[in-house]
Amino acid sequence: MRAALTTLGIVIGVAAVIAMMEIGNGSAKAIQHTIATMGAYNLMVFPGNALMSGVSTGSGGSMRLTPEDAEAILTDCSSVTAAAPVVWARAQAVYNNLNWQPGNLLGTTPSFLDVRDWSEMAQGNAFTDRDVRNCSKVCVIGKTIVRMLFMDESPIGKEIRLMNVNFKVVGVLKAKGANMMGSDQDDIILAPWTTIKYRVTGVSATAAVPVATTTTSILPSQVYPAAQASLYPVPSASQQTDTPQPVRFANVNAIVVQARSADAVKPAIDETTALLRERHHIQPSMPEDFTIRDMTEMVRTMSSTTELMTTLLLIVAAISLVVGGVGIMNIMLVSVTERTREIGLRMAVGAQSGDILHQFLMEAIVLCLIGGAVGIALGRTTSVLVRMIKHWPTVVSLGAIVVAVAVSALVGVLFGFYPAWKASRLDPIDALRYE
Amino acid sequence: MALLELHEVCKTYHLGEMDLQVLKGVTLSVAKGELVALMGASGSGKSTLMNILGCLDRPSSGEYWLDGQEISGASADERARLRNRLIGFVFQSFNLLARTSALDNVCMPLTYGLEYIHEHEMKARATEMLRKVGLADRMDHQPSQLSGGQQQRVAIARSLINRPRLLLADEPTGNLDSRTSEEILQMFRELNEKEGLTIILVTHDPEVAHHAKRTIRIRDGLIAGGAESKGEETQK
Ligand SMILES: Nc1ncnc2c1ncn2[C@@H]1O[C@H](COP(=O)(O)OP(=O)(O)OP(=O)(O)O)[C@@H](O)[C@H]1O
Ligand SMILES: [Mg+2]
Repeated sequence: MRAALTTLGIVIGVAAVIAMMEIGNGSAKAIQHTIATMGAYNLMVFPGNALMSGVSTGSGGSMRLTPEDAEAILTDCSSVTAAAPVVWARAQAVYNNLNWQPGNLLGTTPSFLDVRDWSEMAQGNAFTDRDVRNCSKVCVIGKTIVRMLFMDESPIGKEIRLMNVNFKVVGVLKAKGANMMGSDQDDIILAPWTTIKYRVTGVSATAAVPVATTTTSILPSQVYPAAQASLYPVPSASQQTDTPQPVRFANVNAIVVQARSADAVKPAIDETTALLRERHHIQPSMPEDFTIRDMTEMVRTMSSTTELMTTLLLIVAAISLVVGGVGIMNIMLVSVTERTREIGLRMAVGAQSGDILHQFLMEAIVLCLIGGAVGIALGRTTSVLVRMIKHWPTVVSLGAIVVAVAVSALVGVLFGFYPAWKASRLDPIDALRYE
Repeated sequence: MALLELHEVCKTYHLGEMDLQVLKGVTLSVAKGELVALMGASGSGKSTLMNILGCLDRPSSGEYWLDGQEISGASADERARLRNRLIGFVFQSFNLLARTSALDNVCMPLTYGLEYIHEHEMKARATEMLRKVGLADRMDHQPSQLSGGQQQRVAIARSLINRPRLLLADEPTGNLDSRTSEEILQMFRELNEKEGLTIILVTHDPEVAHHAKRTIRIRDGLIAGGAESKGEETQK
């Protein structure tokens, strides 16, 4: 009973370690998942320098991003696993008598899905690079669009109208849910960027959007026959997202890039910057004509919250392990005193000091391991309860259990050593005579 | 040949400033197979002498030859090994492990032996020993479930389990009534006569000393009589 009470410190400490690891791992995994769905390892390259927003750079044609830039980034930057050009558009989507303004209408390449880790389709298939080359009128839609336009009937093979252009739905994206800002990521239509650019915005540009500044230049990379030889400089990234600019040339609104991992975000930025400077012939002294944004700040904020929680729990665990260890030390000292005669007797019949040390050390370790086992059970229960009641994600961690066992044995050795050493130093005669 | 020999053994306790000389030059020898009683007034140094004989303590000066070895300078661990191998102890207050069966009490010294003994072998030997002291039907009893005499028998079985050369008993019957004392002493006699075990027992009781073939008397830390073996007739 007394031993059970003194192991309580160990029990709580180990339980805290286990619960912490399981809940911590769970939220880390959840965050990783969220990060992945939102594309946190993604970079966005926008034309125009953020420092020079709205100001004409003077050198016409320098503010541009081309699909070739995207390809070059993918092939030349080792930290990059995928890159895709993006063209934004805004249009009412119509199917039969239903219509809906999609939150995002993007023209891109199939690589976009790799960048966003979205390659798996709920239904059908993604459009292909061939569709991009051919300006095919096909599209892939998100779950929200399916709900809004098709009332949940299968949309595959149906046609929706965007700016008087019929797009055949070839695939439905898997649901991603809301992103960190709370906006619906499934409210999206993806189509080949060529189609969007030349068939949708190309038409609307002349029809709807009045052109403010026109810095015209003809690009050598102009390969698409349908394109018109005029370029609209894009003022700034934020403005672009707010008011989609019709760009009718082989320029794109942005390039989305996926870094290999969280750690590769920084090198990916550096490599992309260097590559684009070179491709755009920017003198070393000149500012870039593009801007790269990443989400690391956001990710950092999110993970630091869990880190803080994990650290706090770890401190609690450490404190209760120390308190538990002192408890073990205390009961072992009492036990050594109480069993002085036994120690004397054992020595009299031939136990060497090492045998006595060993015996008491083992007792301390066993006590701690029992505490550890109870702690593991308690910690598991806690994390299961947390999962059931609060619906926090938890992950069973074998590592945590191994660590817990090791830690409790270590506590046993550390705090059991002094009492055991004291026992082994007893003089057999004094010990035998002890009352 | 003598099993043990003391030569001018002194023991001095240091109590603060004061030195208390308890043994003042003890010289004696005990041959193999003897049954010796050690007598003397209270405080004369009997227990002190027994501690030295039992390798629990070291003499302050003098020589102690046990089984042909000079051991007055042995280290604590060396003495522990000697105790395990050569010496059995029987105490006045039994000193059994509480909440531990008689069988396990008897087994205990084996666990500190040098060579590894299998659990089965240990149990077999302990059972044999308990049968020898007449407790075959009390093996699983704990000390609290045994009478004083039975407890002392368990203690004797324990002291014999390592087949010692020398059995030391400091007032083994001090806590027992006269009838049980008689039984225990009878057991010592049998062990001595049948197995040739050398036994030294401390006692205040002249009746008890009668069982012994030789009596060493100690007075104020000096041997007052019976220091030498009485020659051939004590040795069988
Ligand atoms: N550890 C010790 N420190 C100091 N003095 C001691 C110690 N042990 C024994 N003495 C002293 O040595 C003397 C002899 O003690 P010892 O125990 O040998 O006597 P004894 O002959 O066994 O007496 P009794 O018949 O009462 O058991 C006593 O005066 C005692 O005070
Ligand atoms: Mg005494």
